[in-house]
Amino acid sequence: MVLLAIPFVFPTWWMITSSLLPENEVLGYPPKLLPLHPQWSNYRTAFAHYPLAHQYLNSLYIAVLVTAGTMVVASLSGYAFARIPFRGNKVLFPLILSGLLIPTEVTIIPLFKMVDRLGLTNTHWPLIVIPVLGAPSVLGTFVMRQFFLAVPDELEDAGRMDGLNRFGLYFRVALPLARPALASVAIFTFLNSWNMYLEPLVYETDKRNYTLPVALTQYTDAYGTHLWNVQLAASVTTVVPVLAVFVAAQRHFVEGLAQTGLKG
Amino acid sequence: MSDTPVTGARAGTAEPRAGSGPRAGSGRRRTLRRQDTLSGWLFVLPQTLGFLAFVLYPLIAVVYYSFHHSNVLSGVTTYAGTKNYTQLIHDPATPAVARATVLFCLGLVVINICLALLLAVLLNQRLRGTTLFRTLFFSPVVVSLVAWTITWNFLLQNNGGINSLLHVVGVHGPNWLRGDDSALVSVVVVQVFKNVGLNMVLFLAALQGVPRSLLEAAEIDGAGAWRRFRSVVLPMISPTTLLTTIVTVSGSLQVFAQIQILTGGGPDNHTNVLVYFFYQQAFDNHDFGYGSAVAVVLFAIILVLTAIQWRLRRKWVFHES
Repeated sequence: MVLLAIPFVFPTWWMITSSLLPENEVLGYPPKLLPLHPQWSNYRTAFAHYPLAHQYLNSLYIAVLVTAGTMVVASLSGYAFARIPFRGNKVLFPLILSGLLIPTEVTIIPLFKMVDRLGLTNTHWPLIVIPVLGAPSVLGTFVMRQFFLAVPDELEDAGRMDGLNRFGLYFRVALPLARPALASVAIFTFLNSWNMYLEPLVYETDKRNYTLPVALTQYTDAYGTHLWNVQLAASVTTVVPVLAVFVAAQRHFVEGLAQTGLKG
Repeated sequence: MSDTPVTGARAGTAEPRAGSGPRAGSGRRRTLRRQDTLSGWLFVLPQTLGFLAFVLYPLIAVVYYSFHHSNVLSGVTTYAGTKNYTQLIHDPATPAVARATVLFCLGLVVINICLALLLAVLLNQRLRGTTLFRTLFFSPVVVSLVAWTITWNFLLQNNGGINSLLHVVGVHGPNWLRGDDSALVSVVVVQVFKNVGLNMVLFLAALQGVPRSLLEAAEIDGAGAWRRFRSVVLPMISPTTLLTTIVTVSGSLQVFAQIQILTGGGPDNHTNVLVYFFYQQAFDNHDFGYGSAVAVVLFAIILVLTAIQWRLRRKWVFHES
């Protein structure tokens, strides 16, 4: 077990330790696994010489908006597909579900053309609106529907007796019960947005508009030489907050992600 | 047919039947149905509009573009017939791309599923510290993909950490990401360690669902540990095996960032999987027509795989009914 755990833990550990080494020691031999004289200036460099703080905010606010938007859209349609017997329900649901099959790459050329025509390249609009309304939110809809199917009818009947209309039933009765499902939708939506790579690469041209995943690769391209310690320092800043939340709310995370399965 | 409308306040007091609203006159039921249709559509409106604009339209458009040449600079689109597809068939890179895509997928699925199952079986022993190990195995899933890939890129260089470690024990490691075969192996391994924790958790849940009584019965019948695992556990968890296989296969077709950061498709297209080839054509060479043809092929592959998996599902999966 311990041996098996090494390749899982080691890269993260090495990322953190190497981010604290001076440049001449990063690739030194023998490998340094403990930074005895941590050099925090790498972190200063990462923030001072690159628009990392700005990119950090980009990633954060985009992920928050996408998560909030997806929770609204997915819970609304998930609820309707599960509990409202409306005409077209049985046809529309499988149709929308087919969005799960479509990798980002398949539709990104037409989407790019659309965004370009609207003059919205190099803005954050496509990174927010398309995930909330397009294929990525379908998984959320599916998870919410599964949950709402299991809500007992008696609860809604009681709500009807109290004179609640459809929206009231959804908002007052079903949604408060759906916290666990909403939490797992929130977790995987946030992670997906936080790790989005192809889309910002395609839509954004200005460095200040980059999100973190694309920004991280810039520490290599700009100079041709790798600034490994600075690049790894920047990487650490993107990983550690998420890891910290993961360790704190581990149960939610594991269940939430396992229920849905992310990209293999 | 009584056309007397029933007022809501009175109708609401009729005894409710599960699943169907309050029973009342047929006129009342018709308005209810109409209300349901209206509110149902209102609820699904955002998602439906989004689906039409950002899924269905682009899907039709990408097929359309794949039969056209589009000049990005002048913005002119001309009909090209099947030229983009014949170009793909005759492209000198195509055999290498096909090989890389298939090998990557097979390697990833086999190693990932076997390792995930192994880890799950180990964690299912209920020894002390399993929670800690579960966290450790799962942690890479949470590490952002690009950071994980950059770290491995750093470790796999010729003078990087992996070779330094090997050097300590007296082995001379290859230049991992530059060797024809070692590059593909490296990319698969990086990907496996990143996401195997997800499949592991799914398998763990499945293993915990195997009834003890069955295992005990098999033991009484004289089945050894391996036999018990093969004849009882494996059939019982086959739905999970199928699910993880599906997720992993479709995931293997979408490894873009990893390839771009680690190898750029090289050396000599040995790691140039289909999605990366797509990106090269569409956004490096700005050939939207050709890129669209590649995207359509990618989509066709996914459709075929999905159909096969549905078929298998009926045959292969053991149902406890």
